[in-house]
Amino acid sequence: MWQNWALSLYNKISQRPVRRRAGSSETAGKSWTEFFIESTIRVLGFSTIGFVLLIFLFLLKEGLPVLWEVSPGNLFGTRWYPTFDIFGTLPLILGSAYVTIAAIAIALPLGVTTAVFVRESAPDWAREILKPLIEVLAGIPSVVLGFFGMHAIAPMVRTTLNVPTGLTAFTGAVLLAYMSLPTIISVAEDALDSVPKSYRDAALAMGATNWQTIWRVVVPAARSGIAMAVMLGMGRAIGETMAVMMVTGNAARMPLSLGSIFMPVRTMTATVAAEMGEVANGSVHYHALFGIGIILFILTFIINILAASAIFKKRRKGGLR
Amino acid sequence: MTQVIDRRGRPPISMLQLRFLSICLALLMSSGVLSSCGGKKSETGAGVGGHARIIENKGSDTLVNLALAWAEAYMVAHPDMSISVTGGGSGTGIAAMINGTVSIANASREMKPEEIKAAKANGISPVEIAVAHDAIAVVVSPSNPVQCLTIKQISNIYTGEIKNWMEVGGENRPIVLLSRESNSGTYVYFLENVIRIGNSKSKLLFSPDTLLMPSSEGISSEIRQNPNAIGYDGLGYVTGDQKVIAVSKSGNGPFVVPSAQTVKNGSYPIARPLYMYTAGQPAGQIRDYIEWILNGGQTLVAKLGFVPLQ
Repeated sequence: MWQNWALSLYNKISQRPVRRRAGSSETAGKSWTEFFIESTIRVLGFSTIGFVLLIFLFLLKEGLPVLWEVSPGNLFGTRWYPTFDIFGTLPLILGSAYVTIAAIAIALPLGVTTAVFVRESAPDWAREILKPLIEVLAGIPSVVLGFFGMHAIAPMVRTTLNVPTGLTAFTGAVLLAYMSLPTIISVAEDALDSVPKSYRDAALAMGATNWQTIWRVVVPAARSGIAMAVMLGMGRAIGETMAVMMVTGNAARMPLSLGSIFMPVRTMTATVAAEMGEVANGSVHYHALFGIGIILFILTFIINILAASAIFKKRRKGGLR
Repeated sequence: MTQVIDRRGRPPISMLQLRFLSICLALLMSSGVLSSCGGKKSETGAGVGGHARIIENKGSDTLVNLALAWAEAYMVAHPDMSISVTGGGSGTGIAAMINGTVSIANASREMKPEEIKAAKANGISPVEIAVAHDAIAVVVSPSNPVQCLTIKQISNIYTGEIKNWMEVGGENRPIVLLSRESNSGTYVYFLENVIRIGNSKSKLLFSPDTLLMPSSEGISSEIRQNPNAIGYDGLGYVTGDQKVIAVSKSGNGPFVVPSAQTVKNGSYPIARPLYMYTAGQPAGQIRDYIEWILNGGQTLVAKLGFVPLQ
């Protein structure tokens, strides 16, 4: 959710007229308070970068020792039994990837079609109701969703699909899809919004139906924005912990077949959250958990970079495509 | 969305601003370092200065929460006392007691003969005090017809050798294994005493298909609604809507349901007393503290999921 919020904030800030350096030197002697406020804001802005760097350094410091404390064969093995010094991270990495991809597969069609509906074809009163409702969705605490998933969705999954247990990757993916929907919808909606009216007008003037206009002109024109929406949704999904820990069963098995979606999995986030509380400070297990943190950090970093590159590409082509 | 990157033409930061920034960063980092050191210092420092009446208490991780609860309650009633509780495992606690660094060692097992010998060599005759009982109940859904299991059967179920309830006299259903998270003391105890049947050379492990639940609530909610599930937990955590399995140590032996009674008389096989060891007969404040644990402190035992002595 924060990405969304940060983006809209960024938008607001960058909308103000950019103050030129020449202008500020004219008034340089005039006001110390202005200089003070400006530099405070600047330092605060830059400190964000500092924080991220410091966090990453801390992660590296605590996590890297695992590379020489645990043999690579063990570290990339298929079994995770930290109590017995078996630190195979592969089932955890695959578990996270599996749940996240399944969640996006569910959320992408739902999110994009909702965004299309809200932006293109909903009557005004429906839009007025839907938009704030979608924002409210984003505000539901994940532990509440997790509780709901554990007590309502998991039993339903078990009885309707007739699988041994309802605590499965699928249950987790459903919850994650639900949680990444607000991000996907509002970012995709912004992307649709930035398609110029002339495109729609041109398509309609050529005799295209409303549906053809939306599906063949507007959505393709907004696709880089939609790609960014998916990436941000993915970043949200892969980092989610509490709900996932409560409904995916946390069994560290290798999700190799397609059928594994209806079996339990253990994600990286759930592993760190469940085990960090009791682990001895500075032990191999402690370093291994930070190692997982590094992997997660790098993955979300890559996803965010991909999302950012989607915006940059969009700008280069003049706000479209 | 297009305004997002429209930030060209922003002035470069001046030297002054850069210096200010670096000072801020340096302050930030140093404060972080200082505070983390300070935290550690105050923790260990409490044992040396300040209070005159200090009891050091170290050992079993199973017992650590109970020992902490005791220490906290006792310190509220006796504000002049300071009791520090640390975990680390039964062996660590006993070793520290033998070395004389702690006055009370917590242990979830009896002292080994070689440990007693080492203590005697150090001029210490350890005194064993049972402070609580710990029993682990094996639970299934109330709709599961299975009533009793032997330890061997439970072991085979949890290693994944038995995969269907039919093999132990139940319905034709797959078995879903539930366990506490691997950092819980119950997990290790269950592994060593049930899955490995007390054989220290055994290398058996939980099946990778075992669902690790982050909480007792996770286990009970799944047990309640899923007839395929089997789980285990401390007796104190078992709620009324779960079916507790009667367990037998041998193939034909009596099947016993865990209760305060069967745990105390030793007939329930997955149970153990929890001990505190002192160096010599406890005296002074230590004696007062242990007497309080054996009487007033017992009310806390059940609250933390253990079986009280009386």
